[in-house]
Amino acid sequence: MSGSIAAFYVIGIVLYLIATLFFGNTIRDKKSKEKQNKSGKIGFIITVLGFISHIVYFILRWIAGGHAPVSNMFEFVTFLGISVVLAFIILYLIYRIDILGLFAVPTALVLLAYASMFPTEITPLVPSLQSHWLYLHVITVSIAQGILAISFVTGIIYLLKAVDQSRRSKRTFWLELVMYAIFLVIGFVFSTVLFKALDYSASFAYIENNQSVEVEYHMPPIAGPKEGVALQENQMEPLIETPGWMQGKDAPRKFNTVIWSVIFGTIFYLIARLIMRKRVSAWIQPFLKHIKLDMLDEITYRSVAIGFPLFTLGGLIFAAIWAQIAWDRFWGWDPKEVWALITWFFYAAFLHLRLSRGWHGEKSAWLAVIGFGIIMFNIIVVNLVLAGLHSYA
Amino acid sequence: MSLEEARRKKHDKMKRRFFYRSVVLAILVGALLFALISNFNRDKEVYRAGDEAPDFELVQINENNELETVRLSDLRGKGVMLNFWATYCPPCEKEMPYMESLYPKYKDDIEIVAVNLDQSELVIHKFINKHDLTFPVVHDKNNDVMDLYKVKPLPSTFFIDPEGIIVEKVEGALTLEKLEEYFQMIQP
Amino acid sequence: MNKLKCECGHFNPEGTILCESCGKPIEENQHLDGNDKSKLLNMRYEGSARRSLTYNRTIVDKIWNFFSSVRNGVILIVIALIASGIGTIFPQAMYIPANAPNRDPSVYYEETYGILGKIYYQLGFHELYSSWWYMILIALIGVSLVICSLDRFIPLYRALKIQKPKRHYSFLSRQRLFSETPDFSPEDKKKVVENLKNMRYKIFEQDGQVLAEKNRFSRWGPYVNHIGLIIILIAALLRMTPFMFIDDYVWVREGERKVIPSTDGQYYIENKKFHLEYYDEDDERYKEAMERMGQLVVKNYQTDVVIYKVKGETIPGQEPELEKVTEDAIRMNEPLKFDGYRLYQSGYQENEFSTMTFGIFAANDEEKSFGEFTVDLMSPEETYELENGFKVEISQYFPDYILQDGEPTTQSKFPKNPAFVFRVYPPDSDEPEVSFIGIGRNIDPTGENKYRLGITDFSTHYASGLTVRKDLTLPIFVVGAAIFMIGVIQGMYWQHRRVWINEKEGTLLLAAHTNKNWFGIKRDIEKALEGTEINMVVDQEEEDLEKVEQTATQE
Repeated sequence: MSGSIAAFYVIGIVLYLIATLFFGNTIRDKKSKEKQNKSGKIGFIITVLGFISHIVYFILRWIAGGHAPVSNMFEFVTFLGISVVLAFIILYLIYRIDILGLFAVPTALVLLAYASMFPTEITPLVPSLQSHWLYLHVITVSIAQGILAISFVTGIIYLLKAVDQSRRSKRTFWLELVMYAIFLVIGFVFSTVLFKALDYSASFAYIENNQSVEVEYHMPPIAGPKEGVALQENQMEPLIETPGWMQGKDAPRKFNTVIWSVIFGTIFYLIARLIMRKRVSAWIQPFLKHIKLDMLDEITYRSVAIGFPLFTLGGLIFAAIWAQIAWDRFWGWDPKEVWALITWFFYAAFLHLRLSRGWHGEKSAWLAVIGFGIIMFNIIVVNLVLAGLHSYA
Repeated sequence: MSLEEARRKKHDKMKRRFFYRSVVLAILVGALLFALISNFNRDKEVYRAGDEAPDFELVQINENNELETVRLSDLRGKGVMLNFWATYCPPCEKEMPYMESLYPKYKDDIEIVAVNLDQSELVIHKFINKHDLTFPVVHDKNNDVMDLYKVKPLPSTFFIDPEGIIVEKVEGALTLEKLEEYFQMIQP
Repeated sequence: MNKLKCECGHFNPEGTILCESCGKPIEENQHLDGNDKSKLLNMRYEGSARRSLTYNRTIVDKIWNFFSSVRNGVILIVIALIASGIGTIFPQAMYIPANAPNRDPSVYYEETYGILGKIYYQLGFHELYSSWWYMILIALIGVSLVICSLDRFIPLYRALKIQKPKRHYSFLSRQRLFSETPDFSPEDKKKVVENLKNMRYKIFEQDGQVLAEKNRFSRWGPYVNHIGLIIILIAALLRMTPFMFIDDYVWVREGERKVIPSTDGQYYIENKKFHLEYYDEDDERYKEAMERMGQLVVKNYQTDVVIYKVKGETIPGQEPELEKVTEDAIRMNEPLKFDGYRLYQSGYQENEFSTMTFGIFAANDEEKSFGEFTVDLMSPEETYELENGFKVEISQYFPDYILQDGEPTTQSKFPKNPAFVFRVYPPDSDEPEVSFIGIGRNIDPTGENKYRLGITDFSTHYASGLTVRKDLTLPIFVVGAAIFMIGVIQGMYWQHRRVWINEKEGTLLLAAHTNKNWFGIKRDIEKALEGTEINMVVDQEEEDLEKVEQTATQE
């Protein structure tokens, strides 16, 4: 990325970080009964500024590359992060709830951190991607997933508030597991930033599908490629090998990143538990005293109600039209396609359970959390483990 | 409404409901069966024994044979051995001498049509001369007839009776005995 | 008796939960919607008689009822969801990489994924999505879709058509939004009705009882989108017939003209040229990325083709008379369409030679040349005569040479590795010299040849792989998808809102119901009540919740 594009990109991230602090401040003064306070307003304005900065990044990169920056994993995940912010802005304007910002903006930040795992250069478009449907498909899917991410955020807040923490139960266990998963994500962000700052590098050559490929690590290789050969002097000897069934592009490097994330995430989680002396979710609960549960439930439902049709349009209909034009079939049971279908099935079940069988409140919140888990699975695991037509990048 | 009347009405309604539900279910089950059967039969649309052999016309290139073109429908009244082959297929080469050895004996009752799938005529001529073949050899340069008969492995042979009906389809090489057996089946 | 008479005089079908006309709960059916256990009425289907809940006598009824349950429908969806996920654990058979050591599924899975792969293959998961049980599963969801919709749409339609402005007290008081105003002024009531009318509510009035209703059509949304899905499933079904759907593949070499398969021999294609273009290595925009990838990136795959249609009647094999239909370029993302067929650029090969030029040299002197001749590898001549009197005869031609069991032979008819046995006749000589020549091979079997042949030049050609498609089901899919989207939007983005303004013994009863977005309808009512003395409706569910919360915090 050239200077000015990178600058707008980074400014956006910094602004989101600052906004998060302001949103965090809103729950600190527990006494204020008002829905909205000054700190939240400032946080929102800063978020909007960050969003504008990212829009500028998007436009500049489009001009520089000659195509909309949604064509490789870095660009796609970045755009997804921006979409979460967009969805937050829309829903904040409707419902004016500060707590939404405290959870939604960090979600966007985590996605942006995940994006940084992929090569950031502008890539030329291979023939199969040279279509306007690329823009329509990817942009609609991202925005839909961004809005569905908000249902995840409100779902989490709902659970943190509603699940009875006074005694151990299945619900506290699963919620705590979700908390742990969030710590893993924090571990991921931390390890990425840490090793980037240390400028670590190691590289290997290995055989994949009968072809010799090279992979460059930016974190010390705990897991090396299968039968990989070290290419740099004095680089760390891998402790284990990446299993052969991990087929995606650069799978060993990504697997190694996962290991580091788990290590740091677990350490942070344990530290948190030591400090808090109770479940993380139990520790958070008192901060959410003034939030109305039915308001959260309403936002969860609203975002699914907006996100589901958009997802159908972008993730299935536009995708099918494009696949018909580019690959001569509108449906091909490619893993990514299948997982899009699974996502669709899942949210269809969510809506049926809610509208037809009355699954409101907590049940709905659990489903919203699981649904977003499926979306993340499609973005992370499908690209990491399962190779397919979508494993560009 | 008398009790009797009400009971009858109720009975009628039940019958109607039963009929209407059965029809809807039958349509849905029919659609499902259709899907399963079509899925099962996919890639199986080939000509089999009992089907009429589709017509074609190709140029005859064996200089030892006097025919200029071969049109299948012109051969009605004779049994036809329709053999798909290529010079680069060793089992094809193996069965050629058997065909040649039986040809003079059955010539008046049975025509052998050897459909070649090679690219260049040169190699076919070399092959014919090597084995001194005298039956008609036609060159299916564009694979038209091969596509028509949906031939997969080589050699593939269709035995067609004098009425133009496929009696047997054989994939793979034939022995002399087998060949003669089939010849007797399609003799007029 | 199969009709239930309500106290308002309306006859309801058996199984009705709330009277279709006045909404009074019908005592013996309250358990069906769980109304007996809650303060508020379940309004999901207007308390109409869903047949499936009531009749359960014959086997047909039992099957019907199974599919009519949304619960069972969701269970089927969840099973389909899990099954679909299983199919992505390992690649499906069609996605086994082309360069895998052994592409035979019975070997590939075990070799690549070990024992788990073997189990996966043996369970048939390598072709999961075309397996009979997966198809049945999807079909069952389709059946559930049809029956659920039929069973709910018809009674709901009836209930909304029959509904009267006057409602029973027990109906109104058990709505989520409800208020009573004992001594109200008729002007206030009029004003409220007027305000609602201005907010585009439709006003129904009967004997002073008022129903204000808005966006009833949104209730049909779910049924419209289900119709869309059913159309999509029908299209998928039609796709299984060869009449509606054709899928074939053709390789055409540059300069070649051949019949397009699966067109009943009616169309021919000629490949004029194949283009393979790469991005410029020095392109500033992508330089960095290409350097990292360390390879050129393809910019364009393109085949320039001419399509011909056969004129008149011909039978296969005959050289037909052709008529040009179109001449165009096929690129990725830009398929060629003609007469209902589509051709897609989907592959290419560059491993065939088209011509080879040989020179005749003196065996002992590389520099001394006696002339050249060029062989067209697709249809070589028998002999080549050079001007200086040399004559070369092709004794053997192996387009795709291989040595098998010590015998030279060819593995295919395509000139991928051409080799020849030539007989070279020097001028005025009947005694030929034999030599064997191929790529990297030049053998003089006798060792006494005076002349040596050598390859001096060659040309190659591309073969372009094109998918042939005819799909008459596409418009049906498009219609289905469009109807689905319309239905979803219709049902999701509009809300059916109703406000009842009834009078009972001098008290004004105000109740409201919406299928979603309660904040919206509360805002509407607040606006309608502005400047009147009528009591704002109370959210009875919120009241309940708050009570629950209070008790929770007290603990």
